[in-house]
Amino acid sequence: MNQQDLNTQPPYLYAAYKSTVLRSPTKPLLIVKENLKNINLPVFGESAIGRYDNDLTKNARKNGEPIGERIKVSGKVMDEYGVPLRAVLIEIWQANSAGRYIHKEEIHDAPLDPNFLGAGRMLTDNDGRYTFYTIKPGAYPWGNHYNAWRPNHIHFSVIGHQIGHRLVTQMYFPGDPLFEFDPIFQSVPVHARELMIARFNMDGTEPEFALAYEFNIVLRGKYQTPFE
Amino acid sequence: MDTNKLPQTPSQTIGPYFAYGLTAVQYGYEFTSIINNSLVSEPKEEDLIYITGNVFDGDGKTIHDAMVEIWHADKNGNYVKGYVDTPMTEIPFKGLGRHGTGTDTRQRFLFKTIRPGMVHGQAPHINLILFMRGSLNVLYTRIYFDDEQNNNDPLLVLVEPERRSTLIAKKELSDGKIFYHFDIYMQGAKETVFLDI
Repeated sequence: MNQQDLNTQPPYLYAAYKSTVLRSPTKPLLIVKENLKNINLPVFGESAIGRYDNDLTKNARKNGEPIGERIKVSGKVMDEYGVPLRAVLIEIWQANSAGRYIHKEEIHDAPLDPNFLGAGRMLTDNDGRYTFYTIKPGAYPWGNHYNAWRPNHIHFSVIGHQIGHRLVTQMYFPGDPLFEFDPIFQSVPVHARELMIARFNMDGTEPEFALAYEFNIVLRGKYQTPFE
Repeated sequence: MDTNKLPQTPSQTIGPYFAYGLTAVQYGYEFTSIINNSLVSEPKEEDLIYITGNVFDGDGKTIHDAMVEIWHADKNGNYVKGYVDTPMTEIPFKGLGRHGTGTDTRQRFLFKTIRPGMVHGQAPHINLILFMRGSLNVLYTRIYFDDEQNNNDPLLVLVEPERRSTLIAKKELSDGKIFYHFDIYMQGAKETVFLDI
């Protein structure tokens, strides 16, 4: 399997994101030989996915619809050679439209939405594609520095076919004014940051129902030695 | 050098609030969990082992918001192919586990599983994947067992001798159960060896 691309990945230590200072390894990683890193991960079946797992506007309703802008997010998961990856497990979680997380330790003074939990999961199809419906998450203050706010984002956890396909990342929205102030976003090398930003997709937009965004995910690939 | 490759999607931190999404049942949220900390369904008591430990930060403090995943082979050294034919809820050995450090009073992770066998001449081991707030990228390491023959393991021999112990879990018997204790140190004199997979 190809290495992680240091041109697109953040470092472990990024001082502006304060909690990395005590939580990043200080010693170089041990390079694992090729034959020891081709470990396959399990393939999940549809039995793992519940009926409304990919619809966050429905999966936690109690007495109505969640508040906020309904959006559809779609994309393709592929490796860096463009090969679509099917049956990849994607798990997502996010704040509600007011920027409030349901997590018990979250104490930000913004309202909870009784009809929104903010968690979901899905598998990619035979073309490597996924789709989910949700409410656009709001910005959220955090304690990293004075007046720190996270840009609107959806958390993604991806389990692909091989152990090198384990990715946790965040999807952002185009034109967010908070990008220039967010150290987590900026930990990624400048030219690679756009890879985390969804593209507004007018063609995918469902008239009178939901705006659409497109977010592709590129995982590590396996270099194939060409035949002579 | 293949310049036609697509750029890999960058990693970002898992953040402090993954629990209700990834480990909902463990933390008592109203959502399902598909990966949890028992890797076995209806195991024989005598085959069970428990893997437990803490994650420590650079000040030696326990980390209460980490998420640990483990993935390992069965006693014959075979990895589970998947849960398509047999759902994860019914398969006798799942091979995959996930646990957060936020529910235990001492912030420990705990897994219930069976001993892995040898895979292609490697000493028995568990692959461990670690995420937490303050970590911007995935962290990989391995757990070996102190009651196994590890001297010829092809990965362990590459580790500086004074750091090898950071990858070896200690067997402890408690309450009639077999525990393997494996602490993870992010920094300091006992810093765990992390792998560039």
